[in-house]
Amino acid sequence: MTTPLASREDTALLETRGLTKHFPIRRGLLGRTVGQVRAVDGVDLRIRSGRTVALVGESGCGKSTLGRCLLRVYEPTSGEIRYHRPDGGVVDLAALGERALKPYRSEIRLIFQDPFASLNPRMTLLQIVGEPLRVNLGLSAAETEERVADLLRRVGLRPEYLHRYPNAFSGGQRQRVGIARALALAPRLVVADEAVSALDVSIRAQILNLLKDIQEESDLTYLFISHDLGVVEYMADEVSVMYVGRVVETGDTDDLYGRPLHPYTEALLSAVPDPDPSRRRRERIVLKGEVADPSRIPAGCPFHPRCFYAEDRCRTEIPALREIRPGRTAACHFAGELDLKGVEES
Amino acid sequence: MAASDETVLRIEDLHTHFELDDGVVHAVDGVDLDIRRGEVLAVVGESGCGKSVMARSVLRLIDRPGRITGGHIWVRTGDGTEGTDGMADMVTADARVVRSVRGKRVGMVFQEPMTSMSPMHTLGNQIGEAIMLHESVTKAEARERTVELLGRVGISAPERRADEYPFQMSGGMLQRAMIAMALACGPELLIADEPTTALDVTTQAQILDLLRSLQQDTGMAVMLITHDLGVAAQMADEVAVMYLGSVVERGPVAEVFREPRHPYTKALLRSVPKLGSRSRERLQPVRGMVPHAYRRPPGCPFHPRCDEFIAGRCDVTVPSPVPGPEPSRVVSCLLYEEVSA
Repeated sequence: MTTPLASREDTALLETRGLTKHFPIRRGLLGRTVGQVRAVDGVDLRIRSGRTVALVGESGCGKSTLGRCLLRVYEPTSGEIRYHRPDGGVVDLAALGERALKPYRSEIRLIFQDPFASLNPRMTLLQIVGEPLRVNLGLSAAETEERVADLLRRVGLRPEYLHRYPNAFSGGQRQRVGIARALALAPRLVVADEAVSALDVSIRAQILNLLKDIQEESDLTYLFISHDLGVVEYMADEVSVMYVGRVVETGDTDDLYGRPLHPYTEALLSAVPDPDPSRRRRERIVLKGEVADPSRIPAGCPFHPRCFYAEDRCRTEIPALREIRPGRTAACHFAGELDLKGVEES
Repeated sequence: MAASDETVLRIEDLHTHFELDDGVVHAVDGVDLDIRRGEVLAVVGESGCGKSVMARSVLRLIDRPGRITGGHIWVRTGDGTEGTDGMADMVTADARVVRSVRGKRVGMVFQEPMTSMSPMHTLGNQIGEAIMLHESVTKAEARERTVELLGRVGISAPERRADEYPFQMSGGMLQRAMIAMALACGPELLIADEPTTALDVTTQAQILDLLRSLQQDTGMAVMLITHDLGVAAQMADEVAVMYLGSVVERGPVAEVFREPRHPYTKALLRSVPKLGSRSRERLQPVRGMVPHAYRRPPGCPFHPRCDEFIAGRCDVTVPSPVPGPEPSRVVSCLLYEEVSA
């Protein structure tokens, strides 16, 4: 590999260190705090520039909360969000005040899951997509209109739609509007939180292709949050698997799918219904029980009550996320020793 | 008719329309389907293709302004007195017959377990009610059956759970309870409308496994409505692909998915990322989008999005079902009509 590419690939755009978000559980008239929901619990995540990093896991695993913490939609309880500026400097977004944060707000943007709930029905497309331009760049009305028309064209919508309202559009078209809004300020990192989950198969494929095309055109970095492992395999270069607030495995997509290291990853992959009927898996791993409650995380390894390989040690000792092979980390006492099944190549 | 291929449901040229102020939505527009005893039929298609309305029509669960405007839905009544072959037509049946079929001969599981159960009644009461409605049993016997059913669908401590309310249970657990309720009177057909769509993958796998094993134990037929081709591929024997209110292709799932004939089926299968394909071959989605419900295209409903569209033919003539190549396969596309003509 030539040096410029290799060095670019190794440049982190954003890293979290011990990122934590706890939501207090309040009870009674005085709102006393009686417990904590540990939604995100000490996450170290590294997002390299120009790559697509996927965050996967079941509902309630904290993947959306983590994504929102990066944008400071939620205030992290503790930990760092180290953001590498284009000029090479590094800044901790978690420590910045509202004013100091503002310039970075345009560099990290979010695409929401539900295209019906995330667009204001009383605003035209021009207003929806143009708002960030007006607020952040102070463009004139004519300039804004031109830029918005351009953005709509980029996401595959006709510029004539400028003055229409969201209710005139289908789910797929609305999601394109949401993407245009996220792209308006030429961000460096886009957090796509279940961006295609609400869409039908044929429309979903169109949006996935669009996201890929945009990434190629403008050297974007994606944090792709999804519960759909089929879609993640198609989109992501790297994957981080979360389980009740923690990252339990990370790695290159192909290696993680082919040779998982954590029993939870193995079970997740095995649960995906394969659209190829000739590959009906008779001996599917079906996890017992349900996702642990993040306000009452089990002692030891949080996954041990559902794990088929759990031993005494797992009930008491929390496994740390450690490197098992180069580029592959897992938080399991027996990672690398277990013979786990991944997805066969097709 | 041999016992093994006994038909438990036959839908003939079903039309269900919604008459709204702005026009008529042809939600189901001439569906022909049949399910035999012990068969798992997946009905797949995108939202708005009419698969749920079709399923609800079977049990006459269509509310105004929706109306079944034509066709027949033959189900077995079990008493041998109704219509032909001991089958009754749900389209014309009176309320008494409809009630005797619902929950007794045909059970139904809905997509959202949280909104499909009464929040005011315990699970035990809701399931028990279904049993007492159809069978002459005492309250105590109904309760005993309920507890046994809850245990059978994998709910631990069923004695205690029977006295709990839906809000006390997780989505996966409630879906199990819904299945228990649907199975309460030993139906010969279970209609499951997107039973796992609201659930996580791991819970989905649990519920699909449960449905499979219950189906094998009881020999009931299952009509599984799903938008997820993976679920269809893993669960079904037969598949029917729907587009804009009609079945465009039908046959054994292994054959249809291996060698799809209808351009829509082909396009649908190309739109889904193949698991384990390390190549990341670009997806080839269906062009455009499902047309607006009021603006149904003339001729073949799929022609505006079809890659093999023939001008002057597809936009004029409504294709009729063509059998082949395997005996149980049918496709509604003019491409194949020309070949056989």
